[in-house]
Amino acid sequence: MPIDKRVNSAAEALADVSDGATVLISGFGGAGFANVLIRALCDRGAKNLTLVVNSATHRYSLTHELIEAGLVRKIVCSAARSHNAEPTPFERLWVAGKIDLECVPQGTFAERIRAGGAGIAAFYTPVGFGTELAGGKEVRCFDGREHVLEQAIKGDLALVRADTADRYGNLTFRYAQINFGPVMAMAAKLAVAEVRTVLDAPIPHDRVQLPGVFVDRVVAAGK
Amino acid sequence: MTVQPLNRLQAAWRAARDIADGMVVNLGLGMPLHVADYLGPEVDVFIQSENGVIGVGPLAPTDRIDTDLVDAGSRRITLRPGASIVDSSWSFAMIRGGHVDVTILGAFEVAANGDLANWDMRLPNKGPLVGGAMDLAVGARAVWVIMEHMTRKGTPRLVETCTLPLTAVRCVKRVYTDLAVIEVTHDGMVVREMLDDMTEAELRARTGATLVFAPDCRPLVAPPIAQPE
Repeated sequence: MPIDKRVNSAAEALADVSDGATVLISGFGGAGFANVLIRALCDRGAKNLTLVVNSATHRYSLTHELIEAGLVRKIVCSAARSHNAEPTPFERLWVAGKIDLECVPQGTFAERIRAGGAGIAAFYTPVGFGTELAGGKEVRCFDGREHVLEQAIKGDLALVRADTADRYGNLTFRYAQINFGPVMAMAAKLAVAEVRTVLDAPIPHDRVQLPGVFVDRVVAAGK
Repeated sequence: MTVQPLNRLQAAWRAARDIADGMVVNLGLGMPLHVADYLGPEVDVFIQSENGVIGVGPLAPTDRIDTDLVDAGSRRITLRPGASIVDSSWSFAMIRGGHVDVTILGAFEVAANGDLANWDMRLPNKGPLVGGAMDLAVGARAVWVIMEHMTRKGTPRLVETCTLPLTAVRCVKRVYTDLAVIEVTHDGMVVREMLDDMTEAELRARTGATLVFAPDCRPLVAPPIAQPE
């Protein structure tokens, strides 16, 4: 059967997501948020989710809808604070002890996800040594410098925003949209990409930024 | 004591004087971002942003905004000639791997041994935000800090030991404040420049760590720059 990863809707793309899933969601700095898929996940209503997302809430992202709907049990992120004076839905639930938080340095966050998709169980990094974010973690000295043992992150599902896709699942990204998309797609059992447009022709090999090998489903989401 | 401290833009101007031609530079949010505005035309640098942009240009004019072209602070930017954009794992490999020459960060506290506290003020009911601060502080080849010499409450930010949660240990090499330029060395904090109308005793009184004055300590001067409200 010819390979064809196109699906008709975000709802169809997420039809088999279960309660308790670990969901990796791309987006940083205002670019690359998979907001159409986030809303579809909200509609799907799977509960007890663990979100792995750079910002727990961001003014251009819709993760707060999942949080407000009470679907999220834990968030792994590098940023859990809003710039608003008002506390976010995340902050309210976190202060009330109703949602767990794991705060991770952003580069360690990216590398833990990369490791998850690259068959590496754990790695040593100098980042975080001597800080409270390394509390309880194994420390080992290499070349006279202290390193912290960090474990890979894998997901059940990745929600990635990209610019174009072809039916093989190959992706291109616009500008800073790429951020966590590639590593998150690699680290998840099911990688779903929402794109501005799905192309009829294959993307030329030297334009592909994420090979379709790492992508399971693509859905056209428009602008 | 009537001392006229530098304003934030003047401190950024002063730090920009030390950016050398050809450097790869990462600028933290807040005061450090202004350093880019005061680089001379003879200095050709690549500004790296943690979100993977290598070669951040000026902010985009309102008629040329592209919502996908942003820096780590969600600012709508342009690219400089020769720019490229990579994904987050590659961006942090660049940072952690020592390929960024200098990062200029804001800070709450810097200790005499170079310990940096700049990520968590322990605000009640606010979630933590570490972002790329720890990666930059550990990975960049040089870590410089721009900050006000004292807190709004009048307590020193240069201290013997940080009281706030650490970002990284023994990482800060140089601090630009509104009063002085200070190098953090194995022998402690060395004052390289200080406001002309200030005495050593006055600077010591505003500092929580032991200061050594360099034999060639110069006056800290900057041109007048209006600080927008």
